[in-house]
Amino acid sequence: MKILLASRMERCIGCNSCALACARLVHKRLSWSTAGIRIHSSGGISTGFLALTCLACAPPPCAAACPTGAYTPRKGGGVVVKKDLCIRCGACARACPVNAIYLDFDGSPYVCIHCGRCVAFCPHDCLEMAEVEDLRAGTKEVPS
Amino acid sequence: MIRDHFRILLMDLTAGKGKVVKVEGRDQWAGGSGLAAHLFTLYGHPERPWDDPDQPLIFAIGPLTGYFPLMSKTVAAFKSPYHDQYAESHAGGRSALALRFADYDALVLVGRAKRPSVLLVGSRMVELKEAPFLWGMDALGVAKQLRQMAPGSGHRSIWRIGPAGEKRSAMACINVDTYRHFGRLGSGAVMGVKNLKAIAVRGDASLPFDGGGEACGGTVSRDYPKLFQEIHRQLTDTQMMSKYHNLGTAGNVAALNELKSLPWRNLQATTDAKVEGISGERFADETLLRNAACAGCPVGCVHIGFVREKFMSDNRYLYRQVSYDYELIFAVGSMLGVTRSFDVLRIVDVVEKQGLDAMSGGVALAWATEALAKGLITPEQALEPLAFGDAGAFCRAMEHLGRAANEFYRDLAQGALHAARKYGGEDFACVLGQEMAGYATGELYFVAQALGFRHSHLDSAAYSWDQTHTEKDVDKGVEFLLADEPGRAFLTSMAACLFARGVYKDPLLAQALESVGYAGLARNMARVGEDIRRLRWRTRFATGFAPSEVRIPKRFAEVSTWKGPVDPAYMEALRQAYAKRLEELGKPLEDKAPA
Repeated sequence: MKILLASRMERCIGCNSCALACARLVHKRLSWSTAGIRIHSSGGISTGFLALTCLACAPPPCAAACPTGAYTPRKGGGVVVKKDLCIRCGACARACPVNAIYLDFDGSPYVCIHCGRCVAFCPHDCLEMAEVEDLRAGTKEVPS
Repeated sequence: MIRDHFRILLMDLTAGKGKVVKVEGRDQWAGGSGLAAHLFTLYGHPERPWDDPDQPLIFAIGPLTGYFPLMSKTVAAFKSPYHDQYAESHAGGRSALALRFADYDALVLVGRAKRPSVLLVGSRMVELKEAPFLWGMDALGVAKQLRQMAPGSGHRSIWRIGPAGEKRSAMACINVDTYRHFGRLGSGAVMGVKNLKAIAVRGDASLPFDGGGEACGGTVSRDYPKLFQEIHRQLTDTQMMSKYHNLGTAGNVAALNELKSLPWRNLQATTDAKVEGISGERFADETLLRNAACAGCPVGCVHIGFVREKFMSDNRYLYRQVSYDYELIFAVGSMLGVTRSFDVLRIVDVVEKQGLDAMSGGVALAWATEALAKGLITPEQALEPLAFGDAGAFCRAMEHLGRAANEFYRDLAQGALHAARKYGGEDFACVLGQEMAGYATGELYFVAQALGFRHSHLDSAAYSWDQTHTEKDVDKGVEFLLADEPGRAFLTSMAACLFARGVYKDPLLAQALESVGYAGLARNMARVGEDIRRLRWRTRFATGFAPSEVRIPKRFAEVSTWKGPVDPAYMEALRQAYAKRLEELGKPLEDKAPA
């Protein structure tokens, strides 16, 4: 089972191609915020960029917090999302320890589903899909 | 959001109130350059001076902004303090996407805030906040404060002025997101007049693809993601990336020097062996820290170097990151005889803080240096012992220029030619409509910048024509300038980065427009481009442009390029012929109907 890793964010140029791709291809919207990956500057552009995205917790605290079963644990970490079960309570976003879940103005949550469709749009190869077994076994470094 | 009209935020700074206005004309004026000129006809006052508080400061994006890569520019339009005529200046950074996701096609600012203020705009926010404590702050410092005052980290664009804008310098820029600028023709002074220190635009809306209700004119087609992917592929292929990403535009420094087209020491020469100290290769090897990109652009042409400053004796250093480009290296490097990469960056750093346009500031100081050497200005007026190559003196002089330290620097801040009229030395003021861009390529370029709409090297490919044509055919040269313009006007109405012009050829652009629901624009690109070109010229002429009165200073007739000495007679013939054609283009309409 693979998960998305923002492994090489020191290379990020802040183009937002990944976030725009996620919004366009997964969520069918034009946005840089209603996406499973969001790029922020870490305190002004001169200090570089960071990616807010799901780290594939296992078990995921967001799924534990979800009161309606819209979020369920995904094999390998992270969550499977069933939007039609969501009541937009925001409990998932509050439970996420790394601010990876975005709530839009209506309270709908947006989280990475580890599909990897953003990866090809990164011009600097900051993102990758990695085998979760390698990460858990310690044969691959977990990026900070 | 795809709409058959424009959604504008009209902000009255005097009243502190905004108004959302629906403006018709999407299929006619497209957006960007076209929309900005149209908005100036609605809200501008051609007959009143630039600093009349009622004059609008306009920021416009285009129909493709955010929908496709490199559609990442915002067009600023205003009556310029430089020539008191209608002007445009373009910037990238996050500005365009932030406006898109604030869900406005344009911001129009009118009036004057009672006290120094900042404007916060988002899809659910319009707020004018008094901030007199920011007045006097440099353009880097004010951004740090704004990050605390304005919500939306990461998806926010901060536009601000430095001391130059507050002092109403005709070469004051608006700094955008640290490394980009509405650079040319003094937009920063227009913000200064409006008592507006900064604007923070928060892009916090998420826009649907399904048309989003009755207000929308079109819908995004199913082919859109596939087309996006194809355009992304073309823009990130190796050739494109290599040109703008590898050395970036700085790669032109050595190339133009080789072609005898790089202005040195106030254009006293066009080539110099010392170029190796400021070549793109040298900057990359010694100073390059990393690249950055405008939001929505995977090319990432922004090159960021650094300056290091020892502030205490026992090895206590501070450092700052400073972006560089070809134009900056020319303006504060070769033009000032500065031949070390780090010295160039030190001067750029001061320029950034002062909120000055680097090209204008560098070229103006080059004139001042020669004027001082010739005894036209005194050492007391110059305040510094300006001499080509003395970066320390230029750093201090740039600060004097930004802060308008004395009468001489106040005069110089209105433009080198303005100062030359008072102190003498008009012959060697390197001004072509405004301080020259770094292309001493020959007659056609000099005429094109002197008379061009933006007085920019991006108005046309004249510099490229000069590099490939030895014949002196006036009609062909002028035809080339005229034929090149409507396509560029259409692209800046999208509003594309012109680095993408090699990819966004007409058929692809039409496909892109069609795929997001602008079929009308897609069908009529040529007509719309021509109409926008004419509207821009009409607007310019209505504010007083008289091309036949524009003269090209003698210095430009004294240089040699790869073709040999510039031919003054040929240049004069080009100037007259182009001026005549522009007068035809800018004629007022006989009836009141638009276009």
